[in-house]
Amino acid sequence: MTSVIFRAVAPFLTSLMVLFSIFVLLRGHNEPGGGFIGGLIAVSALAIYGIACGVETVRRAIYIHPMAISGAGLFAATIAGLISIAARVPFMTGLWIYPSVLGVEIPLSTVTLFDCGVYLVVVGAISSIALSLEERGGE
Amino acid sequence: MAASTPSPADLSAALVLEPVASADWLVILPVAWCLAIGALLVMLRRQIDWHPYIAVLGLAGLVLIDVLLLRHVLASGPVTMVMGRWLPPFGIAFTVDLTGALFALTASVVALAGAIYSLADINDSGRRYGFYPFLMLLMAGVSGAFLTGDVFNLYVWFEVLLISSFGLIVLGSEREQIDGAVKYGFLNLVATTLFLITTGYLYASFGTLNMADIARKAEGLSGTAPLMTLTALFVLAFGMKAAAFPVNFWLPASYHTPRVVVSALFAGLLTKVGIYALIRITVMLLPLEREQLSFVIAVAGALTMLVGAFGALAQSDFRRMLGYLVVSGIGSILAGVAVGGPGGIGGAIFYALHSMLVMTALYFASGVAAKLGGSFSLASLAGLYRRHAGFAALTLMLCFAVSGLPPFSGFWPKVMLVKAALDIGAWWLAAALLVTGFLTTVVTGRFFLLAYWRDRADTTDTPHSVTISPAALLPLTALTMLVLAIGLYPELLLSTIQSAAAGLGEPSAYLNSVFPGGAP
Repeated sequence: MTSVIFRAVAPFLTSLMVLFSIFVLLRGHNEPGGGFIGGLIAVSALAIYGIACGVETVRRAIYIHPMAISGAGLFAATIAGLISIAARVPFMTGLWIYPSVLGVEIPLSTVTLFDCGVYLVVVGAISSIALSLEERGGE
Repeated sequence: MAASTPSPADLSAALVLEPVASADWLVILPVAWCLAIGALLVMLRRQIDWHPYIAVLGLAGLVLIDVLLLRHVLASGPVTMVMGRWLPPFGIAFTVDLTGALFALTASVVALAGAIYSLADINDSGRRYGFYPFLMLLMAGVSGAFLTGDVFNLYVWFEVLLISSFGLIVLGSEREQIDGAVKYGFLNLVATTLFLITTGYLYASFGTLNMADIARKAEGLSGTAPLMTLTALFVLAFGMKAAAFPVNFWLPASYHTPRVVVSALFAGLLTKVGIYALIRITVMLLPLEREQLSFVIAVAGALTMLVGAFGALAQSDFRRMLGYLVVSGIGSILAGVAVGGPGGIGGAIFYALHSMLVMTALYFASGVAAKLGGSFSLASLAGLYRRHAGFAALTLMLCFAVSGLPPFSGFWPKVMLVKAALDIGAWWLAAALLVTGFLTTVVTGRFFLLAYWRDRADTTDTPHSVTISPAALLPLTALTMLVLAIGLYPELLLSTIQSAAAGLGEPSAYLNSVFPGGAP
C-alpha cells in the first residue's frame, strides 16, 4: 500500500485493535464478547498491518507461525476440559480459583482458559488464511 | 463468578453433584486424547520427523483406551458422562453402549494400521502438508460420532471428520485429486446440510436433541409429530454419507484419487460413520418409522449391493474396483437395517465391523500391489504371485473375506443377514445377498487371476526389487490375521454383537444410564 498516512497510522491502529480484542475476550464471560469475536478483531488488526506494511513484516512481528498458534489454542482448550478430571467432576466443568495478587482478587477459571484457547484458534486459523490471501494478492 | 455467592437454588435438579468415577472418563477420553495429540502435532509443525511416531503412539494409546472402554461397557452396561456437569436433556451427554464402543474400537484399530502403513506411503511433503494432524483430528471426529449421545453433537462430529477428510483427500494437490475432492466435498456438504436441516426439524418436533430423551418420547409423539418425514430425511442424509444407491456415485468417483493410505482410511471409517448414525437414529430412536420404511430401505440395500458388485465387475482399476466393493458392502448393511430385529441389526453391525477391517486391508493391498507391479491397472498388473507369494496369499484371504466365504470374517454376518431375511419371508432380499456374494467372488476371482496368476508379458525384469517395506506389510498382515481370527473364533464377538443389537432394539439400559432417576 502506497498511502503514507495509512502506513503511519497502521501500527497504532493495530496495537489498539489487539488491545481491544483482549478486552473483548476477557469481557466475554458474562457480557457480549468472548474468544471467537475477540479473535476476529485481532485477526483484522493483523490484516490491516499486513495491508499497510506487507505480509512478511506481519509474519516476522508475530514470530510464531499462525498454524502453530491455532494448534496451541486447540491444545489449551482441550486441557481446559481435562483439568476437571482432578476435581472428580465431568469433562468441561467450569472450575474457579481466586488468587490474590497484590491485594487484588483475580478470578481465574478453566472457562477463561477455554475461551483463550478459542481466541488463539481463531487468531491462528483466520490469520493464516488472511495472510496467504494477501500474499497471493500482492503478486 | 456464580460460585462466590451462595446460591439458594436447588442445584441437584440441574447439575451432576456426585463425584465422577475415574472409569467414566473413558467415555470422553478417546475424543479428548485425539484432539490433544492433533493440536500438539499442529504446534510441532517444524519437527515433521517426529509426527509419524507421535501419531503411531497416539493411535496405539487410542486403541488401548477403546479396549478399556469396551471392557467397562461390557462390565457395567451403557455409560454416560454429561459435559460441564449439566444434566440432560439440556446438557450434552456422551453415552456409550456396546454398539458405540465396538465401532470406536474397530475404528481405532483401522486408524492405527493406517498410521503404520503411512510410514511407507506418506513422504516429507505429505507430512509438511499435515497428514498426521489431519489423521488425529479425523479420529477425534470419528470417535466423537460413535460415542456421543446427542443428535446435534453427532452433527458437529460429522463436521469435524468431514473437514479433516477434505484436508486428507487433497493431500498432494494433483489435478485428479482436486477433481475427486470436489465431487466428494460437494456431495458430502449436501448430505451434511440435509442432516442439519433434519436435526432442526427434529428439535422443533421433540424439543430435545438428547438421543435417550428422543427414544423415550418418540412413541408418544407418533400421532402428532411428522416422524415419518424425519426418518425419511435421516435415511436419505445418512444414505448419502454411506454411499447407498441411488446416491452412491460420489464414492467410486473420488476414492481412487488420494494416497493409498487415505483411501484405506476413508473406506474403513467414513461410510461406516454414516451407517452407524443410520443404525443409531432409525433403530434406536425411531423404531416404528423404520419398520414402516423397511421396504424402501430393503430395496435400496438390494440395489446398492447389486450396483456395487456389477460396478466392481466392470472396473479395470484396482482402486476403483475396491470403491465399488465398499458400496456393495454398504448394501448388505442396509439389508440388515431393513430386516431389523436382533438378527438383522446384529448382522448389520457385524458386517460393518468386518467391512471396516477388510476394506482397509484391501486398499493397503492395492498400494503394495501397485508398488510391486508398478500400476493400479489390471491391464498391466500381472505376475504378482511370482513376485511375492506371501503377499499373494494375504490378498487371496482378503478376497475370500470380502466375498463372504468361510473361514473368514465376512462369512458370519452374511449368514446372520440371510437367515434374518429368510425368517421374515423376504426371500428376494436373501437372494440378493447371495447373488451379491457370488458376484463378489467372481469379481475378486477375476482380479486375482489377472493380477496375480497371469504371467507377465515381459519376463526379463522379474528378479528386480521384490521386497515390500515392512511398514506396509505389517498392518496388512495384522488386519488379515484379525479377519481370519474373527472368522475362526466368532463366538465372543458374536455374543457381544448380539447383546449390542439387543441394546439398540430395547434401549432401557441406555435410557437408565442417561436418566438414572427415571423421568425428570
